[in-house]
Amino acid sequence: MQINVTDQNGKRHELEAIEGWQIMEIIRDYGLPIKAECGGSCCCATCHVYVTGDWLDKLYPMRDDEDDMLDETFDREDNSRLSCQLIMSEELDGIELTLSDGARP
Amino acid sequence: MSEAIKTDVIIIGAGPCGLFNVFELGLLDLKCHLVDILDRPGGQCAELYPEKPIYDIPAWPVISGQELTDRLMEQIAPFNPVFHFNQMASELKKLDNGHWQLKTDADTVLEAPVIVISAGGGSFMPKKPPIPGLEEYEGKSVFYSVRQMEAFRDHDLVIAGGGDSALDWALNLQPLVKSLTLVHRRDDFRAAPDSVNKMRALVADGKMKLVIGNIKQVTGENGQVESLSVKTKDQGDIDLSCSRFLAFYGLTMKLGPVAEFGLNLHENLIPVDTEKFQTSEPGIFAVGDINYYPGKLKLILSGFHEAALMAQEAFRIIHPDKKLRFQYTTSSSDLQNKLGVNDKDAA
Repeated sequence: MQINVTDQNGKRHELEAIEGWQIMEIIRDYGLPIKAECGGSCCCATCHVYVTGDWLDKLYPMRDDEDDMLDETFDREDNSRLSCQLIMSEELDGIELTLSDGARP
Repeated sequence: MSEAIKTDVIIIGAGPCGLFNVFELGLLDLKCHLVDILDRPGGQCAELYPEKPIYDIPAWPVISGQELTDRLMEQIAPFNPVFHFNQMASELKKLDNGHWQLKTDADTVLEAPVIVISAGGGSFMPKKPPIPGLEEYEGKSVFYSVRQMEAFRDHDLVIAGGGDSALDWALNLQPLVKSLTLVHRRDDFRAAPDSVNKMRALVADGKMKLVIGNIKQVTGENGQVESLSVKTKDQGDIDLSCSRFLAFYGLTMKLGPVAEFGLNLHENLIPVDTEKFQTSEPGIFAVGDINYYPGKLKLILSGFHEAALMAQEAFRIIHPDKKLRFQYTTSSSDLQNKLGVNDKDAA
């Protein structure tokens, strides 16, 4: 399984993914620039990513607390998600994500 | 400059680890002063997730961030810690007598032989909106906090945000200002429902305005804001003329002045040894999420362990001629006296 992450400088990285991990954790584990200051408890918005194309529909729907947190960002788009709320699974194998500027450490 | 307050230990950060430092140091009769940029104890537990359950505190199958903070405050109460809230530890220097002098951005001066940095992810600082050129106005007509309400009297004020800070200040400042407009991204507020109701009543009475949209531009001269351009969904781009702008977009953590203390750093963390949790400077310790050592886990319980070991070395530094006796709270009447539990619990 893998996830494909484009960083804030436009460089694309292919990361090996582990089922059951928060996608934020996978990105952080590879040392890509993601602040994730609350540690994955949906209490900040510093793991904000943009989800490419159809992948958005394959994700578990957003809860209200994620929605609220995303509203605190300055760069929210229709395809915004918090990567700590995305749990890696087989259906997400190959997902394409872009790190937001607000996720920069 | 105010006169230095002398104490045994100065603790930077009043989160769970900062608070538990007080307990471990207190058992060894060491008095503490704590400095924190927030207005209350608890650090991340209070600011980021007061309501969220924590499941990995020993003996607490589940406890909220706020409850953990409250329990720690109760636990350290016998040691009478002194808190300096709403202040950022800004400058640290070594004095000729070997003690450390810490200054805060509110000009508090503290002096002690031992410093413990338990600043977690750093200082909570306001999130700044990406409005081009906004920094020119900061501190002159654009602010991220209110120090004196009078500074807003008779101004045309715009407040941005949808949380408690934005709503509370809107309600508090409304009677003082010439005009008030609240700008929020959407017509749904995270603030306490009671505040939201009060705000809506003021809007209905024509005493303030509510605009749903995003502030995109600022115009003005020499640091004096004149208007803000807001992109709204239903009215397109509108200009709000104003003379003061208060932005409450939440807080984010930054290491801040601790980075300038002259300590060795490892990717914004402070390396320590795992015997005493001392930094590269003898007498300065780092405990909790802010420290780094091989195998470090950023867990509250790790910080509690670190605090206990730190306190042993702090004692040796402060009382080099005294022998340190290791005692248990279960059996030591000395410790029980310090905790104020000896009388009622004695058999």
